[in-house]
Amino acid sequence: MSRRPYTPKVVAANDLLKGDAVWLTANDSWTRNMCEAELIEDEAIAEDRLIFAIGQGNIVVGAYLVDARPGENGPEPTHFREAFRTRGPSNYPHGKQVES
Amino acid sequence: MYHYNDFDEAFVRERVAQFRGQVERRIDGSLTEDEFKPLRLMNGLYLQLHAYMLRVAIPYGTLNSRQMRQLAMIADRWDKGYGHFTTRQNIQYNWPELKDVPDMLEALADVEMHAIQTSGNTIRNVTADHFAGAAADEIADPRPIAELIRQWSTDHPEFQFLPRKFKIAVTGSPNDRAVTKAHDIGLRMVRNDAGEPGFEVVVGGGLGRTPMIGQVIREFVPQSDLLPYLEAIVNVYNLLGRRDNKYKARIKITVAENGMDTIREKVEAQFERLKSDFGGFDQELLARIEHSFVAPDFRTAGLEKFNSARASNPAFRAWTDTNLSEHRHDEHAIVTVSIKAHGATPGDATSEQMRVLADLAERLGYDEIRISHEQNVILPHVHKSDLPEVYATLRDHGLATANVGLISDIIACPGMDYCALATARSIPIAQEIATRFDELKLEHEIGQLKIKISGCINACGHHHVGHIGILGLDRAGVENYQITLGGDGTETAAIGERAGPGFSAEEIVPAIERLIDAYLAHREGPEEAFLQTYRRLGMAPFKAALYPEKEQSRAA
Repeated sequence: MSRRPYTPKVVAANDLLKGDAVWLTANDSWTRNMCEAELIEDEAIAEDRLIFAIGQGNIVVGAYLVDARPGENGPEPTHFREAFRTRGPSNYPHGKQVES
Repeated sequence: MYHYNDFDEAFVRERVAQFRGQVERRIDGSLTEDEFKPLRLMNGLYLQLHAYMLRVAIPYGTLNSRQMRQLAMIADRWDKGYGHFTTRQNIQYNWPELKDVPDMLEALADVEMHAIQTSGNTIRNVTADHFAGAAADEIADPRPIAELIRQWSTDHPEFQFLPRKFKIAVTGSPNDRAVTKAHDIGLRMVRNDAGEPGFEVVVGGGLGRTPMIGQVIREFVPQSDLLPYLEAIVNVYNLLGRRDNKYKARIKITVAENGMDTIREKVEAQFERLKSDFGGFDQELLARIEHSFVAPDFRTAGLEKFNSARASNPAFRAWTDTNLSEHRHDEHAIVTVSIKAHGATPGDATSEQMRVLADLAERLGYDEIRISHEQNVILPHVHKSDLPEVYATLRDHGLATANVGLISDIIACPGMDYCALATARSIPIAQEIATRFDELKLEHEIGQLKIKISGCINACGHHHVGHIGILGLDRAGVENYQITLGGDGTETAAIGERAGPGFSAEEIVPAIERLIDAYLAHREGPEEAFLQTYRRLGMAPFKAALYPEKEQSRAA
């Protein structure tokens, strides 16, 4: 019997005050840079981390699990929607693409 | 223009104060997101992909210069210096921070504006013909009735938790510029044989997942019966509409599942019960509202300046050919200011552009501004002798694009550049199409053509009623664009037909170009617009142009 390998995840959310995309790090803080997020390769741990994130409702809103893959500098998005969230809109130089 | 009375003023201020307290309690942790979310949505505050988004109502699309300047101030002070005009005559700010939103709402209240019921399962901002009060073809100005409906529907205690959102549009003209047949209720002003004013009432239109053209529920409802009749419709929907399935909750599905005859019977019965409750108060209120919408005293000044500018300046002439519409007063014109410069984001105006428009309206436009569902700004009353000055000022601020009604005058929803519901981007596709046809210098040759783009099935970009509709989807993790043809949002409303398999982001602009080439090759002459050619020939020649490989394999 073979099980499909688990697609690695990161926990994403929106910041309560600013509303922008944030990701959960391994030390329980939130980062605005997805490559600093914790890449979770185990399904049970991912569920556990999501429950932790949902409990952070006074810091973030709408936590959810996002598919990711290991990149040179850390986790990278695999879907275009999540890639847009790491950058910002394509019609103006606004959002994360111009913020440090 | 309508001005808030003491009741309106107190109500809006109280809502701002309540929301200020709610935001404070959310930030200090007393309210959870589950508790706060319905409260913020009641005040038009969404959470999107990159930030919060505040959706502000522009009732029936009408603004004065003071309001427009305040919208500009809000954009500068709490956002990134611009605003996005939407297909429902709202303006959206894409970058507010949570703590600032109560101040933004307070600033709106200062100019008699609000964001109430721009979200949620309520009766949303009432929209109207953007040429209201100015158009030559108008029976009567639809805005007084739209204002009456706004007052009736705002905070209506029975209608705060409908099965789903509910949209009403009104037109006072036989030429429907308000897409009334794609609304939950569409109202068309008519007169009966005795010459009395009333409404043809259309119910059950809507785009989205299951697009439908509304059907007439009653051909003539006298003006004096309109509010009880509307209340009867929403009552029946409130009881009958489905709450078990979000995708079957709009009134279009209620009408389709129960049949128009059943709905009509129930509405008429409820109307009989309700009629006497209104007791004429609504008509007194309407009479007071009507005083606020008296037409300006249109001046006469001759047309020499206009005619000589047209003769001597070809760019001005081209702009007057595309961007003016016939006004009820023959020395005046309705100016549609294109917020669709080639390559720009459809519907986005900078704070500087908003101020320029406010100044022009105040100086040369009887202080009136309208926002169209096609995401342009209208100066509804400009004396023709002032048009050369209006044009020169607009040109200095990137607002003189002569493309209204043409291929680059594209409706596009925010799509996945902003919207959390989107499945693909809309804005870059609109930008690329407009830029490409500007390079080809084909726009005026192609003539009247409406392209409408939505970034998901919910159809905020009205793609189903575009002559060419484009729907952005996520196909296995890649943006994919489906084309529909033959849609129409006017009095001859029709839902476009899907042409076939979708195209990638790289393929979509060349596909549109092939469509246009096919149209130019098949049309009987420049006077036959794209939609007419489509109606004469049907899908076949356009399908052949979109999918040439298939044609070749069939021939082989």
